[in-house]
Amino acid sequence: MNPVNQITRPPVVQISKLCSVFRSAGHQAVIHKDLDLVIGAGELLSIVGGSGSGKTVLLRQILGLETPAQGSVMVLGKPAAELGDAGAASRVGMLFQHGALFSAFSVLDNIAFPLRELKNLPESLVRDAALVKLQMVGLDASQAYKMPADLSGGMIKRVALARALIMDPPLLLLDEPTAGLDPDSADAFCALLRSLHRELDLTVVMVTHDLDTLFELSTRVAVVADKRVVINAPPKEVIAFPHPFIHDFFLGERGQRAMELLREYPFAV
Amino acid sequence: MEESVPHITREQAPQGARARLQGQWTAARLAEPAAWEGIQGELQALAQPALAGCEWDLHTVQGLDHTGAQLLWNAWGRQWPQNLNLLPAQRAMLERVARFSVAPPVPQRRSFWKVFLSLGAAIWQVLDHLQGVVRLIGQLLLDLMRLARAPRAGPWRDVSGHLYHIGATALPITALVGFLIGVVLAYLMSLQLRQFGADAFIVDILGISLIRELGPVLAAILLAGRSGSAITAQIGVMRVTEELDAMRVMGIPKGYRLVMPRAMAMALAMPLITVWTTLAALLGGMLAADLVMGVTPAYFVEALPKAVEVSNLTLAVCKSIVFGLLIAIIGCHYGLRVKPNTESLGQGTTASVVTSITVVILVDALFAVLFKDIGI
Repeated sequence: MNPVNQITRPPVVQISKLCSVFRSAGHQAVIHKDLDLVIGAGELLSIVGGSGSGKTVLLRQILGLETPAQGSVMVLGKPAAELGDAGAASRVGMLFQHGALFSAFSVLDNIAFPLRELKNLPESLVRDAALVKLQMVGLDASQAYKMPADLSGGMIKRVALARALIMDPPLLLLDEPTAGLDPDSADAFCALLRSLHRELDLTVVMVTHDLDTLFELSTRVAVVADKRVVINAPPKEVIAFPHPFIHDFFLGERGQRAMELLREYPFAV
Repeated sequence: MEESVPHITREQAPQGARARLQGQWTAARLAEPAAWEGIQGELQALAQPALAGCEWDLHTVQGLDHTGAQLLWNAWGRQWPQNLNLLPAQRAMLERVARFSVAPPVPQRRSFWKVFLSLGAAIWQVLDHLQGVVRLIGQLLLDLMRLARAPRAGPWRDVSGHLYHIGATALPITALVGFLIGVVLAYLMSLQLRQFGADAFIVDILGISLIRELGPVLAAILLAGRSGSAITAQIGVMRVTEELDAMRVMGIPKGYRLVMPRAMAMALAMPLITVWTTLAALLGGMLAADLVMGVTPAYFVEALPKAVEVSNLTLAVCKSIVFGLLIAIIGCHYGLRVKPNTESLGQGTTASVVTSITVVILVDALFAVLFKDIGI
């Protein structure tokens, strides 16, 4: 990420004046009110916030899965609602919390699915491309014909990541990428994400509660509280920001241990 | 040609031939039919031995993704060309593809021996299903005895809930189907009976066939499709969402809390629905007989008790209790065997409906043979 790039490349995600409202049986819940967020190219942004603060909803807004009540969500220069057409996989990749692999398809078919949907590409090329992605996420080619039901949680996440990356989208969204993984797998998954982020020049947006992951990976942190983004800055600045949620989240007992990582990973400071 | 469409231009350089790649070499653009055919032709031409030493120039490529890199790598015969001119980022992309390009693993083929073995496996599976159903029936008996010992502690709320969903909400559809079957049957019979001047026998035919056979079977088939599938899907989703495991861990017996209430509700609702369906069918038959043959409803109602013995109704009610129990148990059986994935849930539901309808018809045939002397 050289600084020149950050200035010249347009932002990948631009959210302005976003209001999200959920209506159910008589009452309505306002999730976001006048939320602004700009995500620059090449960033690895973590979204944090308390339970029910609307982090996942924000992710779904970026994906175009939810329609904003007000305001605009622009992804790669287009309204997010227009993302869901054919070829969407070449613009945005999404890693769902539980992988969301198609359980009727084998690993290879899951990864190759978006490429196959393009129709014209020959089967041999599709298969080769899917096998390359499978190995890029650290799995062996011999796993290609396994079914999702036969995979462990960490492997499911890896396969889902390979599927999200199959069309080399410039933007990758991750919902709790390390949730449900043991510490070793979580570390390995973080290392994988970091190397992919570097190698493929991705813009990554992730929602996470895991402070280790957060400090290990993020170049910026956006804090969602009070129905808006309170601060969007590098981790060090976020910690120093005076806000009750930030104080509790990062400086509580739980936060202290993760803060140690800040010293070990100089790029985060 | 549009600027961003991926294509290859061949040109003559002083050192020899040169292939210059242009446009966006990304999966989405490559898959466009026009672009794909052009590239395919050009790559084949470049693969000829005469052009083996040609220079590949990737400087003018606007974007290269892994699919594009894979295409080139495959076209190069999975080795670096002698003369390659490219940017560092493109080299990194191609190196990654080169590193990870392997011969695809061979999917396991089904040999004749495997097919032969799968026959045995299928037989074991049928036996396994039978064992499962027998076990469920046994467990149901034990649970009913437990309920009889402490009726106040029974899951009555569950029973009444299921009774509503299985029974009350099925009333409109069963009435409609029954009524229409009654109309159709009476209409077709009238055409036959009129030939012999035996119009009055419409009451006997409709009475026996509807009360003894069609009412129970029709109601059972409708409820198997409607509630049997629902039972399988409910319990199957509980497996997928680990609710069944949670119950087990908390020591809540699934037979007592899941199977028994459904079986009881089904056994209670089925005879009632059967009577209801039969009544609707008789009503339909009566109206059709009046319209087509002039058999008045007053005569129909008067002649019906003489034509059909009460034992037919008793038999029908007994039959339908058995049908209800079987449908509920088969539904629960397939629901409990669902594996935690979406495909298994669909297969389980289908198998549940097909099996319960088949079993209903089989058991109905058994009843017909066993009780052939009763009521006719």
